[in-house]
Amino acid sequence: MTTHILSVLVENKPGVLARIASLFSRRGFNIESLAVGPTQDGEVSRMTIVVNLDDQPLEQVTKQLNKLVEVLKIVELEGSGSVERELALVKIRADSQTRGQVLETVALFRAKVVDVATDAVTIEVTGNRDKLEAMLRVLEPFGIRELVQSGLVAINRGGRSITDRSLKPVPPVPVRPPA
Amino acid sequence: MAEQMTGAQSLIRSLESVGVDTVFGIPGGAILPAYDPLMDSTKIRHILVRHEQGAGHAAQGYAAATGRVGVCIATSGPGATNLVTPLADAHMDSVPLVAITGQVASANIGSDAFQEADIRGITMPITKHSYLVTDPAEIPRAIAEAFHIASTGRPGPVLVDIAKDALQATTTFEWPKFISLAGYRPVTKPHSRQVREAARLIAESKRPVLYVGGGVIRAGASEELKTLAEQTLIPVVTTLMARGAFPDSHPLHLGMPGMHGTVAAVGALQRSDLLICLGARFDDRVTGKLDTFAPDAKVIHADIDPAEISKNRHADVPIVGDCKEVIAELVVAVHDEYEAGNRGDAAPWLATCQTWRERYPLGYDTPDGALSPQYVIERIGELTGGDTTYVAGVGQHQMWAAHYVKYERPGSWINSGGLGTMGFAVPAAMGAKVGLPHSPVWAIDGDGCFQMTNQELATCALNGIPIKVAIINNSSLGMVRQWQTLFYDGRYSHTDLHSARVPDFVKLAEALGCVGLRCDTAEDVDAIITKAMEVNDAPVVIDFVVNPDAMVWPMVAAGTSNDAIEIARDMKPIFDEDEL
Repeated sequence: MTTHILSVLVENKPGVLARIASLFSRRGFNIESLAVGPTQDGEVSRMTIVVNLDDQPLEQVTKQLNKLVEVLKIVELEGSGSVERELALVKIRADSQTRGQVLETVALFRAKVVDVATDAVTIEVTGNRDKLEAMLRVLEPFGIRELVQSGLVAINRGGRSITDRSLKPVPPVPVRPPA
Repeated sequence: MAEQMTGAQSLIRSLESVGVDTVFGIPGGAILPAYDPLMDSTKIRHILVRHEQGAGHAAQGYAAATGRVGVCIATSGPGATNLVTPLADAHMDSVPLVAITGQVASANIGSDAFQEADIRGITMPITKHSYLVTDPAEIPRAIAEAFHIASTGRPGPVLVDIAKDALQATTTFEWPKFISLAGYRPVTKPHSRQVREAARLIAESKRPVLYVGGGVIRAGASEELKTLAEQTLIPVVTTLMARGAFPDSHPLHLGMPGMHGTVAAVGALQRSDLLICLGARFDDRVTGKLDTFAPDAKVIHADIDPAEISKNRHADVPIVGDCKEVIAELVVAVHDEYEAGNRGDAAPWLATCQTWRERYPLGYDTPDGALSPQYVIERIGELTGGDTTYVAGVGQHQMWAAHYVKYERPGSWINSGGLGTMGFAVPAAMGAKVGLPHSPVWAIDGDGCFQMTNQELATCALNGIPIKVAIINNSSLGMVRQWQTLFYDGRYSHTDLHSARVPDFVKLAEALGCVGLRCDTAEDVDAIITKAMEVNDAPVVIDFVVNPDAMVWPMVAAGTSNDAIEIARDMKPIFDEDEL
């Protein structure tokens, strides 16, 4: 099993997410995480897809994705050349007895408290998968009451942008005049 | 100044503008607004079918016969879901098709309204692309793009679902001057370095085979293929989808490969050192057990769809491009290799392949008193021929039609290959005949298939579409029965259709406004076929009552290696390996 991070630029149109999800499901590709959001170009959305592959080569996934009319560009982000982040919001059991220890852990992982109640604190933490997993392991004994995580987002290091070349205009195809 | 009109008028005007001359469909609630201006169109002939599946297959038959985009129209909900099978079929066999469906009013979408179905969602995995139009101003662009996408690159079906209120609303008709789809840029011109590399392998190879698929027919590349084959003297196999892409009478042709392929075609692929795959996709029905397929062969794989290349079998030389351009460039590049003195000796290989073809020709038994289905089909092929188009359903009769009709011209054979849709023949033949009104169209159908879609004969009778239908009636779901014979100890679970008794196909044909004929002896076959050929003012149905025990041979059992090919039950061909 290998894991790959794909950045997929798509047209910002209704139904695109369904089309991509349907493709993954039909072809038997496993999505581990998926994050969608706008880009600096209002007509383009960016999906970050983490895919687990057993036997199919990644090539088959990208080729099938490329066949979708609304998919503009696909780039695989490699671990060392890119920055990867996930965000988690965690509600932890914490009363006056344990709150101090919880806050210590929070500080250790450079997480942030976003809400406090008499019996719980809610924290926000950002990082790569390893950091999030490590923090959750430490918090586990206090009692995790609720956990929500975003999909992974990632971007290449360095000055180059994957959006530069993808958005070059396609030569328009002339249409014959109307009847 | 853009013209004011309703969305429905805009739709019809858009269809006229892309050059549509024929549509197959059935009206209903949500699509009703479109049918009003359709009545006034002088450019578009609408053919009212009896079931939306018939509309879809007819549009496929029309497209396959003419090379133009086939068009079908249905209403929302059940009308649209009845198009699912033809859309899936067109997707598998790369048929350019545009399906237009009515959708409930946009305000009601998602409310489980009467006759609502999310047809775009349902068909997402079986269409090349799809649209849901709720703004009437978007109709012209959606139609223009749909036809562009359906007919370019790897052809395929596109669905345009239009909400009823968009059809009813007043809008402006603004026909786009350009189509600009940022994410859609099919590559038709092959990479010259890949072509040169392919030519080098071709020139050096000792046991090459041209493995030709339906892409060659869709690309209209038969002439180029013939030039390449004759230049290189490489034997050719044509898949089920490619029958007719290379003349059956040509000395380099070894026939059809695959599960029911000829010994020469299957044997040549297995022993090849170089497969030159043109517009084919290493389907499991061709390869048999994939990891034992053509074990010693390098692969040159040319296809317009990059995702087909190395999908099932690794390609040593991948070439993305339109087969017509690819083959034309290969001819030049191979010529250059030969000029440079690079030419392996492939003559012994060709001789060996031809020996296999002579030693193991197709053949069948003629048991006493029974009419052989293969004989019937062979005679249809011989007595008709010329510019006749043959359309088959799916099953034994399809395999026999693929083998025993001799195809000399691309487009002369239309069938459901990838999806294997029983019931394809009658409506597809209808569509083909509409596209080619001046040449004969014969549906070669099974009694099982025929009973799935024969209601379209009423459409044919009423609309002056005089097709011929030869029912190869073995009273059973013959191919399933064959598998039961071979793999289930002859336990015929639910394969006996009793169609020799019910229905009476002659009476059924007559009830549907056709001429009905019956034939149950070999002596009468020619006379009945001739009689059918003489009728040109009505569709003709011939009930050929044939031997139910006839089986399709050769055969490679599913899931086994092509090396296990049998020419008849428990009979394996002998390949003299030392001849190579």
